[in-house]
Amino acid sequence: MTAIADTVAAPEAMPPRRRRLRLLRRYPIPAAGAALLLALIACSVGAPWVAPHDPIEMNVVDRLMPPGGDYLFGTDAYGRDILSRTLYGGRVSLLIGLAVALASTVLGLFIGVIAGYFRLADAIIMRVMDGLMAIPGILLAIALMSLTRASIWVVIVAITVPEVPRVVRLVRSVVLSVREQTYIQAASAIGTRFPRLMRKHILPNTMAPLIVQATYICASAVLVESYLSFLGVGTPPEIPSWGNIIAEGRLYVQIAFWNILFPGIFLALMVLSINVLGDGLRDMLDPRLARRL
Amino acid sequence: MWGYVIRRILATIPVMGVVAVLVFLMLRLSPGDPAAIVAGDFATAEDIAQIRARLGLDRPMLEQFVLWIGQLARGDLGYSIFLNRPVLGLILERVEPTLALSLTTMVFAIVLAIPMGVLAAWRAGSWVDQLVMALSVLAFSVPVFLIGYGLVIGFALTFDLLPVQGFVSLADDPVAFARHLVLPTVTLGLVYTALLARITRGTMLEILNEDFIRTARAKGLAEPRVLILHALKNASVPIVTTIGVGLALLIGGVVVTESVFAIPGIGRLTIEAVLQRDYPVIQGVILVVAGVYVLVNLLIDLSYCLLDPRIRY
Repeated sequence: MTAIADTVAAPEAMPPRRRRLRLLRRYPIPAAGAALLLALIACSVGAPWVAPHDPIEMNVVDRLMPPGGDYLFGTDAYGRDILSRTLYGGRVSLLIGLAVALASTVLGLFIGVIAGYFRLADAIIMRVMDGLMAIPGILLAIALMSLTRASIWVVIVAITVPEVPRVVRLVRSVVLSVREQTYIQAASAIGTRFPRLMRKHILPNTMAPLIVQATYICASAVLVESYLSFLGVGTPPEIPSWGNIIAEGRLYVQIAFWNILFPGIFLALMVLSINVLGDGLRDMLDPRLARRL
Repeated sequence: MWGYVIRRILATIPVMGVVAVLVFLMLRLSPGDPAAIVAGDFATAEDIAQIRARLGLDRPMLEQFVLWIGQLARGDLGYSIFLNRPVLGLILERVEPTLALSLTTMVFAIVLAIPMGVLAAWRAGSWVDQLVMALSVLAFSVPVFLIGYGLVIGFALTFDLLPVQGFVSLADDPVAFARHLVLPTVTLGLVYTALLARITRGTMLEILNEDFIRTARAKGLAEPRVLILHALKNASVPIVTTIGVGLALLIGGVVVTESVFAIPGIGRLTIEAVLQRDYPVIQGVILVVAGVYVLVNLLIDLSYCLLDPRIRY
């Protein structure tokens, strides 16, 4: 009896620092991803202090300078410092990634719960979602961008809309499977009202898959923003986002490849670190959860 | 089986109906006056009025919708505002490069991904498996244009092996056609390969743990036969589903790849239309692409009847 009590109590008794170390040892790759992501976030958030130059200051004498010397990553066609622009560009990507992940999960959760719980709404909601999912995401985002003057907020809306149906499907499937469980039937049999049933029993079950899904959405939103800006239909060109820097730099690929290389590498690293973190969270939170796209 | 086939075909009608409604409403529900959006920033009041009349925006919404659906039913996607030509014709002109690139990419990805996935699952946990998984996570994260420009710098600019950009029609010069497609195919194919390799590995891993695989090995079948005839055949349904669903990912990549390699396809047409606010063209492209996507996934669902005789609906 005491032996069992001891083993049960052990994780509680373990000092938090050792527990954190064990987590690192068990999931070394996600931990590395998280560390890399933190570094990138620190660079972007701290851009005003870290960046050696003004990201929009033009210096025509120093145009298309190769990396090195005063300009670690070189300069673009207007003599602007690529390193500083890349650091500032991270802020745009970070903002859009987080905003899209948050907006699409909240919206998707709301719509998904309604679809999963109310039969009548389900039929209509899911038909609309099927229709939305039949339009490839980037194409839909591009079309939405054409509706009004571009701004960061419009980009966020345009990337969020195609992501919502995926979240709705996920939440709905969880709600549908949970509502058949005996404990839910028991809870409603003793008169638990809908809001409490949601809060106490159904929502907690959606959290683990939703957090994992939100990370993947964040990674995909960062990529899609760069694609939209690269195509010239995304973030307004005067804002240095990674896609914009690359879109301008592509004209000089032959003579100044660093214009696309450095922002491209930062972009790839950010998406990679978020994806790796997502895989790690998935393994930690629910090993059975299949990878969804 | 025929009941299933018919039900599955009928199920595409509401989906396409919803797509049509969404495409119709998109412009009408956007903030601001749709005619002013189409006319652009420098339009006069007369321009806007003229466009409003031409698009039928001055009539009641329901009437507009019925008229529009009627046109669609006759295969009429409307006229481009900017070029003043039928949208369907514009799309058909641009179909060849996009179709060619999509098909070569699919073949490239399938040929590469399935052996990779099978091998990774067969030797799960080995260095082969870890390499395949690492490559697929990487391919998911590196942006298409970085791969594209990397290949251009390596194979076209540094060593003059392949053309930098552009497209040549198959009818004009088959050799140039193939040479122009190599770099775009590899660029676009990597993401799709990663997706398929992951699914193949995951499904194969599950199936290789089944009893019938142990039986097949126990009765002394050669390993390739076990892997391909017993395991891969049973894994085919999820893999083929992913090929269809992944088409959405592929189409997104096509738009970016066409831009990197200056290929005059549907993706470029869309971007040009968006920059010019040529709304009928944008609507037409979305309808056609969604239609193709729904159709391909319908065919894939129907192919299950052939792939897996156990499936009876």
